[in-house]
Amino acid sequence: MTTALNPKFTFETFVVGAANRLAVTAARTVAESPGSAYNPLFIYSGSGLGKTHLLMAIGASAKRLAPSLAVEYLTLDEFVEAFHAAIGAGQGDAFRRRFQTVDVLLIDDVQFLTNRREMQAELLRLSEALQTAGRQIVLTSDRPPVEIENLDERLISRFSGGLVVDIGVPDYETRVAILRRKAEERGAEFQPGVLETVAAAGFTNVRELMGVLNRLVAYQAVNETPLNAEGAKALLGAETPRAGAAAPAAQSERGPTPDEFAAFLTDVTVTVGKAVEAWRARIAEAILRWEGEGYRTRRLEQLLEQDTPVAPDEEIGAFARDVERLRALEAEVSQFDPQAAGQSVFRDPERLAEAEEAASRIRAGAAPPPGPSAALPFSTFAVGPSNQLAVNVAREVLDEPGRRYNPLVLIGKSGVGKSHLLNALGLELAHHPGAVVACLSTQAFIDELITAIDGNRMEWWRARYRRATALLLDDIHLIGGKDRTQEELFNLFNLFQDLERQLVFTAPAHPKTLQGIEQRIASRLEGGLVVELTEPDREVRRAVVERALGAQDVPDDPALVDYLADRPADSVRSLTGLLQRVVSAAAAQDVPVSAGLAREILEGGTAAERRRTVGFRTSGIVVSSAGGVRSREKIVWDWAAPGDRLIEELR
Amino acid sequence: MSLVNFTTREITCKIVYYGPGRSGKTTNLHYIYGRVPDSRRGRMVSLATQTDRTLFFDFLPIDLGQISGFTTRFQLYTVPGQVYYNATRRLVLQGADGVVFVADSQARQLDENLESLQNLQANLLDHAVDIRTMPIVLQYNKQDLPRELILQPLELDDALNFRAVPSFPADALHGNGVFETLKSITELVLRRLAQGAPA
Repeated sequence: MTTALNPKFTFETFVVGAANRLAVTAARTVAESPGSAYNPLFIYSGSGLGKTHLLMAIGASAKRLAPSLAVEYLTLDEFVEAFHAAIGAGQGDAFRRRFQTVDVLLIDDVQFLTNRREMQAELLRLSEALQTAGRQIVLTSDRPPVEIENLDERLISRFSGGLVVDIGVPDYETRVAILRRKAEERGAEFQPGVLETVAAAGFTNVRELMGVLNRLVAYQAVNETPLNAEGAKALLGAETPRAGAAAPAAQSERGPTPDEFAAFLTDVTVTVGKAVEAWRARIAEAILRWEGEGYRTRRLEQLLEQDTPVAPDEEIGAFARDVERLRALEAEVSQFDPQAAGQSVFRDPERLAEAEEAASRIRAGAAPPPGPSAALPFSTFAVGPSNQLAVNVAREVLDEPGRRYNPLVLIGKSGVGKSHLLNALGLELAHHPGAVVACLSTQAFIDELITAIDGNRMEWWRARYRRATALLLDDIHLIGGKDRTQEELFNLFNLFQDLERQLVFTAPAHPKTLQGIEQRIASRLEGGLVVELTEPDREVRRAVVERALGAQDVPDDPALVDYLADRPADSVRSLTGLLQRVVSAAAAQDVPVSAGLAREILEGGTAAERRRTVGFRTSGIVVSSAGGVRSREKIVWDWAAPGDRLIEELR
Repeated sequence: MSLVNFTTREITCKIVYYGPGRSGKTTNLHYIYGRVPDSRRGRMVSLATQTDRTLFFDFLPIDLGQISGFTTRFQLYTVPGQVYYNATRRLVLQGADGVVFVADSQARQLDENLESLQNLQANLLDHAVDIRTMPIVLQYNKQDLPRELILQPLELDDALNFRAVPSFPADALHGNGVFETLKSITELVLRRLAQGAPA
């Protein structure tokens, strides 16, 4: 049902001029990032100005950039026919499902929606579904949406909601460029002035222009003498009244020939062609062409400024080769990273070397994966019996990364220092020459993967991680239930193990107890070494307290350190939390941090810290300033209101 | 004026329509103006007296677009024909790349034609330009008038065209010969450019 894309209709074969530049730019943008830029894209123009060409070019380009995309091109009539056939066969739903999974839907000639109510409703439904799913729709018509007769208001607003662009009538220069391009494609050569004569004849429709070109080619093929400008004019004789009709009637009555200006223009063109040295003309034309395609032409412009003639064919040929190379690089790079492909370096043949370099960087996944946090070095990691084993193992890993314990899985409750140790390991590993250490939270890893899938940059994403010499993921249990992430991680896992690159993970519990993790991953996690970090022991607590107090500029106070280190804390994090409370309370009361104050705050609570509810009451233990517990009974200052009491009881 | 600028890839031609008063210079420009598509012409600037005589000058810029890769622009000027506007004529003539001399074909205007032609030569000399090096074409306008009132092109050639430059009979009001004249001067100007004449 769907028409195949015509391989000739690509952006490369589309001649860009002032009248269609906007439409082409929009089309290219859509092809490069379907669904995200202009959705829907609505292109309208008169007949024969390149709508279908552009539409198919979008399809071809999108498919080339991302081969996995489902691209469908069809005319509205084909769409209608398909719909009717589906309804007739009782397959309406199948029809809808089929089109709702298309990534880039290209519908030609939607002006034929006029008076087709049920088709309009169907298209409205489909475009809603596609847009919601972030899929691209491109439509063409011979008129803007508002001018399509009897078109549903909702469709008008939907069509107009993306970008509506028109393709204008090609100007003289574009017509010449089109004729030359087509003549070149057909291997036909004409004398100077012939194509200009055709272009000046006032055909504004590219299809007509092609018809004339065909006649010229045929004429030249059967006649021995090549056609000249005069001959072309004579050959066009029958056609020219059309061109004359385009001029205002009042004027055509006044003058003896219908389009004197166009004829004049042709004559001037021939004269200039003779006057301007041929090599300059060729180069100047090449500049126009490449400029139109968005390439920098400074190199050719410099040639024009020279006084001595150059061999235009060689120069243009070399330039064209460089442009081709840039194109190839750009296409390649866009596979990895569509955004990077937009860099200006891929549009400047003078910077080809830079482009090559950029491409190889991107190829290698130049943007490195996130690295370890510099804020968590080994030197600040407090070591004690509770984590001694883990630290020893980590050091052994550093001696022989990738060989001894691979993967290394650090497990333990929250806040016992797993992340710190992970990052510290990462930092040390990064010191190895040539090391690229990927060290990030599993959540960030998943998010990146999703973004890559979304942006169609999977290859780039993979290349980036494959380049790493060590992969350290914090909180690996978060991959539970994330099938795609597990799949990608599994592949990376195997690659890293094969290449003896270090893998380190952290998890709150033993891998085999983690929920939603595939067996193949869990068994691999267990396959290395699983080492536990337990609740911080006194030594660790003491080290943590000392360092934290030092960091807060609290004067050395052994009593305070002892007191805090003796407090029970199930994690380093809770310990630093306690410490923070004491320090901030001291600052609030404007008194130095001391063991006494710490005790008051952590055991008794001060007036400032008491929990107050309506009626100014509290419950709990009141600690005297001397540090002794005054009473363990509940003391109530005000009897609570019944409502509050209820809450109290619930607690 | 720089005729061809390779750096900016521009060709700019300044063409001055010269001739005695009421010979039809402005009419030439008006006809051209009417034939050039809107997109290609600039605003025609015309400063005229109440009786439609050119007081200062007419100026019509035409954009011919890209030709052989060069942005090509023509600037067409007319000078006021009346004898007493000589300062203006000299000014307009400055930097001209080519001159169209529009002669009035009426027999009784022959002296005015000759006088104007001499005036052209003198004014060019003032700009240190030898009339023999300046691309010039002659246009014998008003050939549509009754035969008994006008001189025939051959007669006018004998009377005015000493240097045998291209000459064209014309009826500028109806457009006959207007574009032929323009085309011819354009060719002369551009050919001169090919010969590497000082721009």
